[in-house]
Amino acid sequence: MSSIISVANLSKTYGSGFKALKNVNLDIQRGEIFALLGPNGAGKTTLISIICGIANPSEGKVLVGGENIQTSYRKARSLIGLVPQELHTDAFESVWATVSFSRGLFGKPKNPAHIEKVLKDLSLWDKKDNKIITLSGGMKRRVMIAKALSHEPQILFLDEPTAGVDVELRKGMWEVVRTLQQSGVTIILTTHYIEEAEEMADRIGVINKGEIVLVEDKATLMQKLGKKRLTLHLQGKLDALPESLRHYELDLCDGGATLIYDYDTKGERTGITSLLGDLRTAGIRFNDLDTTQSSLEDIFVDLVRTS
Amino acid sequence: MNHRAIRAIYLFEMARTWRTLLQSIVSPVVSTSLYFVVFGAAIGSRISQVEGVSYGTFIVPGLIMLSVLTQSIANASFGIYFPKFTGTIYEILSAPISYYEIVLGYVGAAATKSIILGLIILATAGLFVPLHIHHPVWMLAFLVLTAVTFSLFGFIIGIWADGFEKLQMIPMLVVTPLTFLGGSFYSIDMLPPAWRTVALLNPVVYLISGFRWSFYEIADVSVAVSIGMTTAFLVICLVVIWWIFRTGYRLKN
Repeated sequence: MSSIISVANLSKTYGSGFKALKNVNLDIQRGEIFALLGPNGAGKTTLISIICGIANPSEGKVLVGGENIQTSYRKARSLIGLVPQELHTDAFESVWATVSFSRGLFGKPKNPAHIEKVLKDLSLWDKKDNKIITLSGGMKRRVMIAKALSHEPQILFLDEPTAGVDVELRKGMWEVVRTLQQSGVTIILTTHYIEEAEEMADRIGVINKGEIVLVEDKATLMQKLGKKRLTLHLQGKLDALPESLRHYELDLCDGGATLIYDYDTKGERTGITSLLGDLRTAGIRFNDLDTTQSSLEDIFVDLVRTS
Repeated sequence: MNHRAIRAIYLFEMARTWRTLLQSIVSPVVSTSLYFVVFGAAIGSRISQVEGVSYGTFIVPGLIMLSVLTQSIANASFGIYFPKFTGTIYEILSAPISYYEIVLGYVGAAATKSIILGLIILATAGLFVPLHIHHPVWMLAFLVLTAVTFSLFGFIIGIWADGFEKLQMIPMLVVTPLTFLGGSFYSIDMLPPAWRTVALLNPVVYLISGFRWSFYEIADVSVAVSIGMTTAFLVICLVVIWWIFRTGYRLKN
């Protein structure tokens, strides 16, 4: 896959002296869903703002579809649709008018059929004549997505698209995003919801304190950094672990009724076989066992803590 | 050039005018009519003539300028300030549109509204006093030049303002007094010599003088100076706007 966005040595220092981005290098592949994760103030929105033309970079270069965002801004920007984090809408305009305005702003000829399709895809068709001020928060969010899609962009930036949106609507938006990807749109998503990235992204980037900490294929990331946990539900409660099991670093929980063992799936040996053997030798029996994979959230928290 | 983007901004702004018709058009027309009643009829009846023109007729160009100046500034400053206030400016900044195209859209719409308003006030004035325009082309030229120049000035105020108070401050504290003192209701020849000199420092004097000349061929200063001063102000506004977009002042971080 080729890069549709290429960020090279990008830095941003605000007038106050705060360094929001520090030498960021990042390539977004055409057609992928890329999730950019990071805590508040990590630089996610600054990075998006620079790529979209809302903020000026201090240093570095950004290419969108091979076009420099500064010297060839018309071509670069025409490829991008942006849904910002905040709900910025023209309160007194109708849904149809504001979406049509966005299309015109991007230099596209009128195409009522396309606007109709976008509004129908986002379940906004029956609200097309309503003033935006009368819509709910979730609907306003969808209006903003409709505006971003009005000019048929190849790239869609979704900056915290489901912040403050209820679970049902969030899942509805995920469907919309998947459909867009199937139609060939590259999607860059920033989110606080790890489950959102886990559910949707092909690749994940983690940004912290203005630096890209990691960019990895989601499945590889889960596999590489993921840890598994073996939980053993014991037949009888233990007061303490026998000396022979100390080196496994087991956790004795639930008042001695549960044993927990964390192991690394990428390691040469997981230690499970020998643990089970040593438990049998020690005369410890169990009724049931289960294993769980650590979530992306655990991975993210680990990364941010150590970076 | 992104013609469609200019058109989109222009029509979006004009749509706001029609949506707020009462505030945009009707209100200034009512205010102007009141000026005619107070200054034209009540006070004007005690003043015979000013430089051969009846007082009611004499104040028409000044009244039109008063509205065109204030409305140009108000329209343009609000037009660009409101997207900044609501945050929808993100869309303008991220669109494939150049700075001069943004200015053309916003300032074009603001100036259009002011020109329409000026012509409506002219028509309204015709109901109160007899009017004869000696140089209609020059009258239109002055009207357009003033509307565009002060819309540019309003655009600058809209960018500069970071609150509604600042948005009102320059128009209320600077422009309105300058307009009242700029010869809207009198010829500066009516002032004592010392005050006449002071009045010549007021740029609005030149606008009103030139505009009045296009109506009645009477002027406080020469027409060439009027055109020169207005054009100079236009150029200054253009330079300031060029600098704003070049630096991203109050628009981009």
